[in-house]
Amino acid sequence: MSWHRQHLLDIESLTADEILTVLDTARAFKAVGERAIKKVPALRGKTVVNLFVEPSTRTRISFELAQQRLSADIVNFTAEASSLKKGETLKDTAKNLEALNADFIVIRHRAAGAPHFLSRVLNTHVINAGDGAHEHPTQALLDAFTIRERKGEIAGLNVTILGDILFSRVARSNIWALTKLGAKVTLCGPATLVPRTFEAMGCRVTYDVEAALREADIIHLLRIQHERQRKTMFPSIGEYTTLFGLNRARFARARPDALIMHPGPINRGVEIDNELADCGRSLILEQVTNGLAVRMAVMFLINGGKGPAEVESH
Amino acid sequence: MAESHQLLNAAGIQRSLTRIAHEIIERNETPADLVLIGIQRGGTALAGRLGEILSGITKQAIPVGTLDVSMHRDDLDRRAAPRIHPTQIPFDVTGKTVVLVDDVLFSGRTIRAAMDALNDFGRPQRLQLAVLVDRGHRELPIKADFVGKNQPTARDEKVLVRFGAPDQADEVLLQRS
Repeated sequence: MSWHRQHLLDIESLTADEILTVLDTARAFKAVGERAIKKVPALRGKTVVNLFVEPSTRTRISFELAQQRLSADIVNFTAEASSLKKGETLKDTAKNLEALNADFIVIRHRAAGAPHFLSRVLNTHVINAGDGAHEHPTQALLDAFTIRERKGEIAGLNVTILGDILFSRVARSNIWALTKLGAKVTLCGPATLVPRTFEAMGCRVTYDVEAALREADIIHLLRIQHERQRKTMFPSIGEYTTLFGLNRARFARARPDALIMHPGPINRGVEIDNELADCGRSLILEQVTNGLAVRMAVMFLINGGKGPAEVESH
Repeated sequence: MAESHQLLNAAGIQRSLTRIAHEIIERNETPADLVLIGIQRGGTALAGRLGEILSGITKQAIPVGTLDVSMHRDDLDRRAAPRIHPTQIPFDVTGKTVVLVDDVLFSGRTIRAAMDALNDFGRPQRLQLAVLVDRGHRELPIKADFVGKNQPTARDEKVLVRFGAPDQADEVLLQRS
């Protein structure tokens, strides 16, 4: 158990011990969510700014609810309604928010590294809620939490990530988290979206979907982001579904205890068969529930000051 | 080198808990309404033992729960985030006599946090406090109802309670730094 960080910027710089500290803490916050009164005063009096320069619904709602359940005060800030549209720089926008005595800034931005930049120029805690195609650390933490809760241990598991890896910050954060925790990660998808360069992150890359699914304990599907690809990376959605979509025939050849995950929003009938998305081995909605607990845990840990965690204070 | 001396040995702790159990019964005439909640970490094993003694005396099972107060502390941004231990209260506290159990009573801030935390689980009829050692130095108007040992201490001393560890004898030590 150790956590002394003031920010959550990425998974790459975390140790396995730090990741496990978040997961252990999230377990306690999940229990809070199951009580009649789901709110605790841990962030009472703290102000959180949700600075979502790139649109997001589910991540923003999950962060907002997590903040409310920690009793924080919340300001929501979206690009459409902000001075960023009028030409203000990100730094100026953030400095203005800091001048309002914000304690935390949760940022989503299309530019990789935007949260790291803010953490250097501001005195507030910064949490990365997704930066370009770089990282989405809370998503990887909630995925790891979900896997650990269902499978016990992550070390030694075979996790297959299937889909658009190249453009996916979820994939990158998941690869870091899962390999640090000792899982064997296999990446699969169209060759244009799964370059061999990912092998340098310690993964196996294959273009044979049957081979990728055969030994998988976890099948992690990623959304085909048709708004980003514009059909330049593969010929058609239909062809993707035929070659890489998770359908019943393919799932039947997977291990009988293999579980399906997806960060959402799902494209039913594209990367996943309609019925499989709702089957008993799909963890998609559990991921949403766990996301709330993990985000509460992250904010709780980051709020901590310096000094030892265990002090004699009866 | 930290110099330490023993305040209570295993037999002394057991005697204290037995006396506290009798005092709890004396104060609360209806054991059916009685529940114990041990405060994480130091109070949980003590609450378990106290529950066994009380069940033996009253010939009925006294429910025992555990409560972690980390999320209700008033010093969360002044220290590294604490490790959170399980809260397990598998019974309704509303209308009950809840005896909070902790190992050492010092500033009283943990007990304040515990009263807040417990509030989210229901409305007990009454709340009482049992501690193994009261070492003084209260920073809040909080007082224990049942005390194993009153031990005046200096602020920079430490009271170390070893209890219920499988590989260690139970004892209470006073450490001077």
